[in-house]
Amino acid sequence: MFSGADIVGMLTEAGITHVVWVPDSTLGKWENELRASRDIRLITVCREGEAWAVAAGLYLGGARPLVMIQCTGLFESGDSMRNVLHDFRLPLPSLIGYRSYLNESTLPGDTAKVYTEPILKAWNLDYRLILETSQRDEIVSLWRGCEATGRPSVVLLAEGRA
Amino acid sequence: MSNRMSLVESLEVLAGLRRDEVVVSSMGTAREWMKLSQHPLDFVHVPSSMGQSCSLGLGMALAQPNRKVLVYNGDGSLLMNLGALVTITAEAPDNFVLLVFDNAVYEVTGAQATAGVPRSRRDLTVIDLAAVARSCGFRSVFEFNDIARWRADAASVLQMRGPVFVHLKVAPIPGAVGPRSPGPAPPRAMAFREALCGGK
Repeated sequence: MFSGADIVGMLTEAGITHVVWVPDSTLGKWENELRASRDIRLITVCREGEAWAVAAGLYLGGARPLVMIQCTGLFESGDSMRNVLHDFRLPLPSLIGYRSYLNESTLPGDTAKVYTEPILKAWNLDYRLILETSQRDEIVSLWRGCEATGRPSVVLLAEGRA
Repeated sequence: MSNRMSLVESLEVLAGLRRDEVVVSSMGTAREWMKLSQHPLDFVHVPSSMGQSCSLGLGMALAQPNRKVLVYNGDGSLLMNLGALVTITAEAPDNFVLLVFDNAVYEVTGAQATAGVPRSRRDLTVIDLAAVARSCGFRSVFEFNDIARWRADAASVLQMRGPVFVHLKVAPIPGAVGPRSPGPAPPRAMAFREALCGGK
């Protein structure tokens, strides 16, 4: 949907300083552009729970991080995300890849697709489903708005095959 | 549990050396550190998430490269987030010190053995956390189980170029409970951020 250059442009426009990620096959295509950016530092963690905690530390240190993971990583990282977003109420932006939303041919009946939105709702997280590139400005606005509103935002990016 | 230091005494050494470093504490170390220190750059990670204090401290160290960050972790917490050791050495912040207070048990839940000690292991071995840290890329790794040596060497260890891994063998405290939150978490987080970077 978006190219690496598109994403770097959107992140930069939103004032993001660090991307903390575990890539999937869609997000991973942006790696070269993210690493090449002079304005954004890419931090690769080993598991998604770490991503929320590293981003929290960055935020407490004055940076403006974003968490970038797949929805399967959302499932993995519940305890860490709960602590950061609900206990400490840190207004962290995120981008979560929505596996199989656009195409289930690899994994018919993919339970990652079945449970993503119910899980986001259960965690009481506001999210915006992104289906097309025309929603670009909406994404930038959501990420930028976290600091002003004091609330986290989740950009849920529809992905194709797993 | 021979050849182990007192947790409180080992923390007292750090309290005596503390200047303007960030200190992230959790679980048993938070419970005891709160009795020794009330510094604006103390981040008491209570309530916590399982094993994530070292990752939280890593983020702080990366955001504030001119400020030393000390993370007080337990062995049980470390085992819950071992991958963090790899992430830390990948980013290699030279202002980051991870101190693991290893009491060999999940103390706050009643002193059950972790999976890393002989009581839980079929082969009755012990997992060498310092060796794990070295294998994960830490170049500065120190081990202490004697309070006199810790007192003598702590200052120089803390001055080492990071990332530094310090393995401190301490005795569990019988009957010890989990740390009580020192107050509502959101305002504590914002006060810490203000103290660390003026809210920017």
